[in-house]
Amino acid sequence: MTKVLTSRFHLNGRACDIDVYLQTGGYQALPKALKEFTPDQVIEEVKKSALRGRGGAGFPTGMKWSFVPKESKRPKYVVCNADESEPGTGKDRDLMRYDPHQMIEGMIIAAYALGARDNYIYIRGEYWYIKEILEKAVAQAYERGYLGKNILGSGFDCNLYVHPGAGAYICGEETALLESLEGKRGHPRLKPPFPAVVGLYGGPTVVNNVETLAVVPWVILNGGDWYRQLGTEKSGGTKLFTVSGHVNRPGNYEVPMGYPLMSLINNECGGIAGGKKMKACIPGGSSVPILTAEECEKITMDYESVAAAGSMLGSGGVIVMDETTDIFETTRNVTHFYKHESCGWCTPCREGTRWLYKVFERMHRYEGRPGDVELLYDLADKILGKSFCALGDAAAMPVQSAIKKFREDFERRIKLNVVQIQKAAD
Amino acid sequence: MFSEANEKKLDEIITHYPVKRSAVLPALYIAQEEHGHVTDDDVRYIANRLDMRVNEVEEVVTFYTMYSRKPVGKYKLQVCRTLSCWLQGAEQIAEQIEHKIGCGVGETSKDGKFTLMEVECLGYCDLAPCLQVNFDYHEKVTPESVDKLIDGLKTK
Ligand SMILES: Cc1cc2nc3c(=O)[nH]c(=O)nc-3n(C[C@H](O)[C@H](O)[C@H](O)COP(=O)(O)O)c2cc1C
Ligand code: SF4
Repeated sequence: MTKVLTSRFHLNGRACDIDVYLQTGGYQALPKALKEFTPDQVIEEVKKSALRGRGGAGFPTGMKWSFVPKESKRPKYVVCNADESEPGTGKDRDLMRYDPHQMIEGMIIAAYALGARDNYIYIRGEYWYIKEILEKAVAQAYERGYLGKNILGSGFDCNLYVHPGAGAYICGEETALLESLEGKRGHPRLKPPFPAVVGLYGGPTVVNNVETLAVVPWVILNGGDWYRQLGTEKSGGTKLFTVSGHVNRPGNYEVPMGYPLMSLINNECGGIAGGKKMKACIPGGSSVPILTAEECEKITMDYESVAAAGSMLGSGGVIVMDETTDIFETTRNVTHFYKHESCGWCTPCREGTRWLYKVFERMHRYEGRPGDVELLYDLADKILGKSFCALGDAAAMPVQSAIKKFREDFERRIKLNVVQIQKAAD
Repeated sequence: MFSEANEKKLDEIITHYPVKRSAVLPALYIAQEEHGHVTDDDVRYIANRLDMRVNEVEEVVTFYTMYSRKPVGKYKLQVCRTLSCWLQGAEQIAEQIEHKIGCGVGETSKDGKFTLMEVECLGYCDLAPCLQVNFDYHEKVTPESVDKLIDGLKTK
């Protein structure tokens, strides 16, 4: 299988050194872009590649770039979203610690395409050691003239800074990230205006995920068409999936878009651990609807197929659960996450996630009241589509899908039912 | 005031941004590195240094979970509790640590060495279960490996 983004992973981190990166074909796309492409042509090539944002929403990258106004009174910015906090996702971690220059090169090309001089990598604070890896890589890129003034004699100036977050999932949401970068609490902003028009410090800003930017050098080197044909017609290229949970070989795997989910689980990951059967799978990070084992049989890993099955490709965090897993408990676990991470800005999400968790707590103690399962569903409904940012939906969808598909795991938690079960047993 | 080296570092960081305020998160890390937690003096000092109001710094500190406004142990033992780690036995890891250091989640051991914390997803889902000690990641931990790790830290 073609390895694109992970082609230097076997070097086990040696590609962090710019010389190793150069020896393995690195920093060839940047000079090519500067010499052979106008900024607009870079955007066109990215459009051709059918690359869609890898941060979760899957927005077409070339189109996003084309929304940035050509002329702007305020400076423009490219911001790399390295906040990676979606439960089930650890792919950006490896992209940065095994091949930081790949992403940096992509970012410089993006900055050239958009005319951005100052650019930021916003990395979650917990990844401190990776921040240090990035800082070293950035310093090397300055030394060799890939960053700084008049890059490779092109007349284009480009700076790159690494900025740490400090433990807040919401700062992965692009507008909250910009607030955070401006030195404020991470509350999301109202959209529109979208960041491409009014973003960081009021200037037009493109926020892209680490993986999205890491693809860019390949698109320039080998062409948008080449990249696109690696995947499906609508979902171009390859994608990195983090597989976690009950599989024999959890890990990060790069496969072409359109790869069957069960092949990923059975071949790459060596199947379900302990010879057990699969019960459920969350295909795109904890924020997306859960799928039954049966639903997983039909799915291929591309935006369209996963959406047709009623879920989302999301961040590519695949969480696998075996037949012994209690889906009530897993849903309680992720609800705790959203309750904890709700930024508190809007009422449906702030109050709703707390209320949800309260009901989960009493059901956890087998003290659920008759009607609690319906109450959970209804509470989720009051959050879904009614909150200020997508975190609210991310809290609601897992609850609703779990109740729809694994209702028996929830019903067992109702007190009355426990009594009834005991009676039947007596 | 921070150490001379850290003052220099902060000066350099401030040059990254068009507004000083953007350096508040990095500045708070420096404060925490020097004092173990963010003190009242740190809040006032950073406000002054970055042209912010004291309450503006305070509202930032309290928003982000990686800062502490109260003293904590020398080692923050941060057990990831979110789904992928939970599926691989994160609860047993937390229990083992409670046992070992003799205090519960959110508490600091009597000798002031350890603070046990349950934290949300650390991005090590495929390497679960995961424990972060201050900034150091420990992947695929077991009750036994955690035991050993803590024994090692006790003698440090
Ligand atoms: C609550 C929430 C958390 C998010 N967390 C991340 C994240 O950690 N990393 C990321 O790249 N995108 C995250 N996103 C998506 C970003 O808002 C944004 O869509 C993305 O960074 C755009 O980059 P892309 O087009 O390259 O995907 C999050 C969105 C929401 C609503
Ligand atoms: S939906 Fe939640 S995270 Fe988003 S703005 Fe509202 S309270 Fe904050």
